[in-house]
Amino acid sequence: MKSAVIVFPGSNRDHDIAHALKTVTGQDPVSVWHADTTLPDVDLVVLPGGFSYGDYLRSGAIAARAPIMRAVAEFAASGRLVLGVCNGFQMLTEAGLLPGALMRNEGLTFVCREVLLETVSTDSPFTRNFAKGDVWRCPIAHHDGNYFADADTLARLEDTGRVAFRYARDTNPNGSINDIAGILNEGGNVLGMMPHPENLVEALQGGTDGRRLFESIAGAFAAA
Amino acid sequence: MIPNDIEITTDLIEAHGLKPDEYERILALIGRTPSFTELGIFSAMWNEHCSYKSSKKWLKTLPTEGPRVLQGPGENAGVVDIGDGETVVFKMESHNHPSYIEPYQGAATGVGGILRDVFTMGARPVAAMNALRFGAPEHSRTRHLVSGVVAGVGGYGNSFGVPTVGGEVEFHARYNGNCLVNAFAAGIAPADGIFLSKAEGVGLPVVYLGAKTGRDGVGGATMASAEFDDAIDEKRPTVQVGDPFTEKCLLEACLELMGSGAVVAIQDMGAAGLTCSAVEMGAKGNLGIDLDLDQVPVRETGMSAYEMMLSESQERMLMVLRPEKEAEAEAIFRKWGLDFAIVGVTTDTLRFIVRHQGDTVADLPIKELGDEAPEYDRPWIESPKRAVLAAEDVAEPADYADALMTLVGNANGASRRWVYEQYDTLVQGNSVVTPGGDAGIIRVGDKGKALAFSVDVCPRYVEADPFEGGKQAVAECWRNLTAVGAEPLAATDNLNFGNPEKPEIMGQLVGAIKGIGAACSALDMPIVSGNVSLYNETNGEAILPTPAMGGVGLIDDVDTRASLALANDGDILLVIGGHGTHLGQSTYLRDIVGSEVGAPPPVDLAAERRRGDFVRELIRARRVTSVHDISSGGLAVALAEMAMAGDRGCRVKVPAPAHAALFGEDQGRYVLAVSPAEVAAVTEDALDAGIELVEIGSVTGSDLTVEDILTISVAKLRESHETWFPDYMSGA
Repeated sequence: MKSAVIVFPGSNRDHDIAHALKTVTGQDPVSVWHADTTLPDVDLVVLPGGFSYGDYLRSGAIAARAPIMRAVAEFAASGRLVLGVCNGFQMLTEAGLLPGALMRNEGLTFVCREVLLETVSTDSPFTRNFAKGDVWRCPIAHHDGNYFADADTLARLEDTGRVAFRYARDTNPNGSINDIAGILNEGGNVLGMMPHPENLVEALQGGTDGRRLFESIAGAFAAA
Repeated sequence: MIPNDIEITTDLIEAHGLKPDEYERILALIGRTPSFTELGIFSAMWNEHCSYKSSKKWLKTLPTEGPRVLQGPGENAGVVDIGDGETVVFKMESHNHPSYIEPYQGAATGVGGILRDVFTMGARPVAAMNALRFGAPEHSRTRHLVSGVVAGVGGYGNSFGVPTVGGEVEFHARYNGNCLVNAFAAGIAPADGIFLSKAEGVGLPVVYLGAKTGRDGVGGATMASAEFDDAIDEKRPTVQVGDPFTEKCLLEACLELMGSGAVVAIQDMGAAGLTCSAVEMGAKGNLGIDLDLDQVPVRETGMSAYEMMLSESQERMLMVLRPEKEAEAEAIFRKWGLDFAIVGVTTDTLRFIVRHQGDTVADLPIKELGDEAPEYDRPWIESPKRAVLAAEDVAEPADYADALMTLVGNANGASRRWVYEQYDTLVQGNSVVTPGGDAGIIRVGDKGKALAFSVDVCPRYVEADPFEGGKQAVAECWRNLTAVGAEPLAATDNLNFGNPEKPEIMGQLVGAIKGIGAACSALDMPIVSGNVSLYNETNGEAILPTPAMGGVGLIDDVDTRASLALANDGDILLVIGGHGTHLGQSTYLRDIVGSEVGAPPPVDLAAERRRGDFVRELIRARRVTSVHDISSGGLAVALAEMAMAGDRGCRVKVPAPAHAALFGEDQGRYVLAVSPAEVAAVTEDALDAGIELVEIGSVTGSDLTVEDILTISVAKLRESHETWFPDYMSGA
């Protein structure tokens, strides 16, 4: 499986997710600069965590208008996989590739801790290795992770199996509506999530619960 | 705009923090009255913050060398060899005065400054810590300061992308008028890729990099060299504003540029900005510098030369470049959206010349500015010795369980989770142990190597006996690194004191430095960098003397580290260093009895070394399952912390007097959990090594029980431990 990680000025988990992809798939992803306008021939594009452009406007808002994002939108429209983690999720909502918005955490402070996630939908290339209802450990680290969508959008997400992950067992750290931690687009080929599975893929990091997400993606291509 | 030829009056001199004899010295040096800009430059270079004029004489006595030390004090940060062609680059620095005036930006720029010190040396920052001290919780300003400082530390470090792996937060009424914000950062650099500030070569371009210059922070270093009074809010404009996004871009651009071979010398613009960085580069390299301020990228129009020279706008660097690499260098900075401007040239005149709009606004001897700042041998008196307080003279608690619940659940004993959850502790993916353990640990490279970090000081010990307190700060730091299995390598010190012009305060500083020196020598932990913050006084009242020590240790095989969490039922609990006896200056005395008297516990450095080396060997040989050092709160608090971390109980027995055994803060001690099969061999080895070891009980159940004294469930301990901070901050 070939992948690319988009690097924006202010990205700071680009190395983390590259390391996780390398650890799980054995292959280093290609690094793509935000000012580029074309993507290399890859199977997966990742929008990494961080504070793109300082997040001095709404988080992810400026990155959503970066030159590379037109190519990312076309890539997603062609049905290929796009994963946005944390700041990447914020970019996807700002770019209109996913519905809803990520508001300031309910507690108003940055929060970095471990939470429990429940896998809600297993019907996507990102979640195919999970069992429905699986509860797994995952770190979070964000200031603006409070997911919100209007009632119609929310109903559509819930009814069509597009909620990928929910904060489980009262660990919702940010006030997200319906405890939503990650959502899919209509085609199931774009996933945005606030938690950081890339920081829990080795025993040394305290566990390997985050691996399954990357194994799912890699498996989707091995099977294809 | 104040003209450069304004008359230099005595009021103006005083407002620049220059003493009459210092001004006489300026006149003698340059043979004429200085211009306004020159006066500002002298004030910036000769204030306490930049010149260390009160502390230099004593700092010189500290041990700064060792087989692994590649760069000691005097550069932006210290450099220590960690093998495999890699080095760790680290330093700690205070941002106390600005944080009290404007807590968010003061703390944020403190973090920014220390990160810049580290990457200026060519290192990528990999870990941060911070030591924070605030006034009494009930003081009207404290909650506001805690909230702002913690948000500021997080706001900068999280965005920049460095994990915060440890720190300290303490409250005491003596910090009511001056909080302390000491920020530590460490980075990794290749041994053959260290960059220094010493300029070399005549006629080379001096390049300005990073963010634009504005009026923020003008006079900041001078502000930080004075006491506070009630008019403190007027100083708000002297605090700088941080931009972590620009700093992150500056980091990436600098490392890329260093890799290109274009950099001859580099210096970040910290305190006293353009002035201090240019003078240091020239003075160290025996070169003159000509600056043309018309080339400096500015954020606002109409800035005077004085303002530009004293601005402390953040995220700026000065470099001497190889001229043939100019185009390549500029392209790297443009790519990252940063300013790049040639603002000067190195000369062989040894003059520091500043031009602005066609005028020469300053023309000063650069060596004298940089190296010949006044140096004082300030009068000092030794702090009076306090009598040792016998345990028999200290009351036992009415209820031992209540006392322990208080010590793990009050302002100074409660969990710091509310604080450290606002810091990104995981970014970069190398965090092995995050805040809450004895030392933070991060992985380095892919060969199983790791680094451990700890920051420590016990100010009430230093106040009671500066020499023993100075020793203790080093010993505790060394002990915390040892307790996770690391070999302590070196340390950075951040000496926070009151007004050194008072002999008793100067006596604290001298005593503490002597103690730090003695301990660093005995424990082979040289000081490789540091910072001194004096004049931490408000309306004449000084802070507790607070020499914070930031230590770095090396773990060769990260799989052999130790944790404080109790791990196996049935493990036997051993105390290295014997039972507690010393209650003078203990937290028990302060928080349960309500008094702060007596001598602090003395540190036997030879015993410290012997015991620590023994414990480290046990960890490396995988002969122990958990390890924790005994510090504030004594054995009882250490056991409670081990129980909470492992979610397991234990049952122990201690001799009378129980309050001394449980809460005594005798130094150089550890609690070990060892499997029953290993106990006899460990005990025998301790005996052979001349180390006192006592068996106190075992890991069992879900309660912490001290036979005939107390039983508390671990769940109840945790509830007490976790409640105070969030309740306090929410105003509950």
